[in-house]
Amino acid sequence: MTATTAPRGWSYSLGKISTGGWFLIGIGIPLGGYLVYELFDDPVLFFQTTMKSFGLGSVYAIVALGFVLIFKATQTVNFAQGALAASGALFVSYAVFDGHIPFTTLRNPLIEIEPEWLGWSLSVVMALAFSAMLGLLIERLAIRPMVGQPLFSVAVITLGLEIVLRVFNNDAVEVDFRSLEIPYGTGGFTVGDAIVNWSYIAAMITATVAFVAVYIFYRTRTGIAMRAVAFDQEAAMAQGINVGKVFAIAWAAGAVLAAIGGIFATQPPVKQTGAVEPETANIAFRALPAVILGGLDSATGALVGGLIVGFAEIFAGQYLAGQTDLLGPGYTLIVPYVVMIVALLVRPYGLFGTPEIRRV
Amino acid sequence: MLEVANLEVVYNEVILVLRGLSIEVPDGNIVALLGANGAGKTTTVRSVCGLLDVHEGHVTKGSVNWRGTDIAHHSPAKIVESGITQVMEGRRVFAELTVDENLTTGGYTVKDKAKNQAAYDRVMELFPRLADRRTSTAGYLSGGEQQMLAIGRAMMAEPELLVLDEPSLGLAPKLIEQIRDIIVEINQQGTSVLLIEQNAMMALSIADYGYIMETGKVVMDGDPKKLLADDDVQEFYLGLHAEGAKKSFRDVKHYKRRKRWLS
Ligand SMILES: Nc1ncnc2c1ncn2[C@@H]1O[C@H](COP(=O)(O)OP(=O)(O)O)[C@@H](O)[C@H]1O
Ligand SMILES: [Mg+2]
Repeated sequence: MTATTAPRGWSYSLGKISTGGWFLIGIGIPLGGYLVYELFDDPVLFFQTTMKSFGLGSVYAIVALGFVLIFKATQTVNFAQGALAASGALFVSYAVFDGHIPFTTLRNPLIEIEPEWLGWSLSVVMALAFSAMLGLLIERLAIRPMVGQPLFSVAVITLGLEIVLRVFNNDAVEVDFRSLEIPYGTGGFTVGDAIVNWSYIAAMITATVAFVAVYIFYRTRTGIAMRAVAFDQEAAMAQGINVGKVFAIAWAAGAVLAAIGGIFATQPPVKQTGAVEPETANIAFRALPAVILGGLDSATGALVGGLIVGFAEIFAGQYLAGQTDLLGPGYTLIVPYVVMIVALLVRPYGLFGTPEIRRV
Repeated sequence: MLEVANLEVVYNEVILVLRGLSIEVPDGNIVALLGANGAGKTTTVRSVCGLLDVHEGHVTKGSVNWRGTDIAHHSPAKIVESGITQVMEGRRVFAELTVDENLTTGGYTVKDKAKNQAAYDRVMELFPRLADRRTSTAGYLSGGEQQMLAIGRAMMAEPELLVLDEPSLGLAPKLIEQIRDIIVEINQQGTSVLLIEQNAMMALSIADYGYIMETGKVVMDGDPKKLLADDDVQEFYLGLHAEGAKKSFRDVKHYKRRKRWLS
């Protein structure tokens, strides 16, 4: 008796490659081949599509990072990120379009500052401060009292907040056109024959800055405390770390990232108008597959997941457009979820997620 | 001085775990608290460190006096700031953080940079092994190194009272000796120690005073030498007369009583 276990069937597993792996290879090779063909067929279009993908991927990455910051610290999937994104964009519009300090009739003095782009940027910073305060307020009033309750209940609370905030936002949005007065506009520039929107570049730069900032933050005293809380809440408390304060910081930072995502959600490639609309809040649900794909507790995962989903969505929109009859209109919005599901077959905890979800 | 008086602790409103526990840790002393699994040792630590809430536990009677103030209802952060830190049972190092980052969390309540640096230097002196592994991820350290890190982390808060919950758990005899020596050294540098152990030999060999608890209260206390010489302690905690299966401390007394009655 030598063999104690029967050899697995070839259809189940061959060597070290799992079923999911074979599935990916089966899809990947023809898909890759097709893309190479398209690259040579029309390099300009391919380049344009790539830049657009980076643009969308960066927006998703920023929004995903907001989810991750809050989840990592509090183990809560914040379903209110979308409404927070729209609120953030709305605050910007108050500050730069109405020229008011949000919620008041006071004139926003920052907008007078010359040059124009600087006045705009400072106004955005002020709007983001309002978003941070909104995050703090939510944490204090709705989340902190729920500490110790089942995580599911907390998640449902955030879903309720999403609905309430959306109602407030939509009241403000639907009446008037609310521009964000984007200084670089919604247009673009040309590279050879290819057109690249300024907003793609802005999103890429912002995403890079956001990730570097989070990377550095996680290595500061407060950031280390946050990671400690994420890893073992009780042990962190035993060190004298104030868990409530850590939660508050995570929510403030998460709300700011949502707001930045919301600002980009009004611009190409997400929207062409440069104005807040009710749909601005949908950016969070569109980015959710990126978060889950990357792993809910990984900042790196948010970046990689965001880019993968952004690329998949834009490339599918560009190169599968001929198949709309077959796939149905609006199929591009399904693509992120398809990518997510396929990836989760291979790695159930996301590409960079921690396999074991620890109990609080 | 820490003074736990008549402490009663209940989990989930119904499970009475501490039933009038009283212990004292005079300044500068090492006090050993011994007891079998489930006796309520960790619950005692949680009461002292303000961590009962996390476990749905509540103090229903008695007090935890630290330098004259009842801290039974203080937040863990406030208690750390007031000079008590603990080395948790099972080490509980932050496995995803580096050694240095773990130490940073330990010094979280010390806002003064110079003090922080001094505490860090002292920890590095106490644990040269950690100095070599400062940038390693804590999860990759050996069990002994993790215990050293856990102690070092607690020392970063510059405590006046260090509470250690079964520091010898799961360590090889050689390492236990090392940990014991370090506890003595920390104590000699001026920190009081409440040493919680199942390893009676190790704890009593360095303690100034010892308590033995069972089902939530102290059943015996006194000079460590006296405790070590006690028959029941020897039989149950040191296994010196062990004959077959482990018995509860209470069983031992029972058995003796019966024997007396028979003879
Ligand atoms: N969070 C909790 N909820 C309910 N019962 C608990 C909890 N923690 C400990 N206990 C119970 O309290 C008793 C004492 O536990 P503990 O203080 O951990 O003892 P020790 O540290 O001496 O082993 C045990 O019977 C244990 O089951
Ligand atoms: Mg214990």
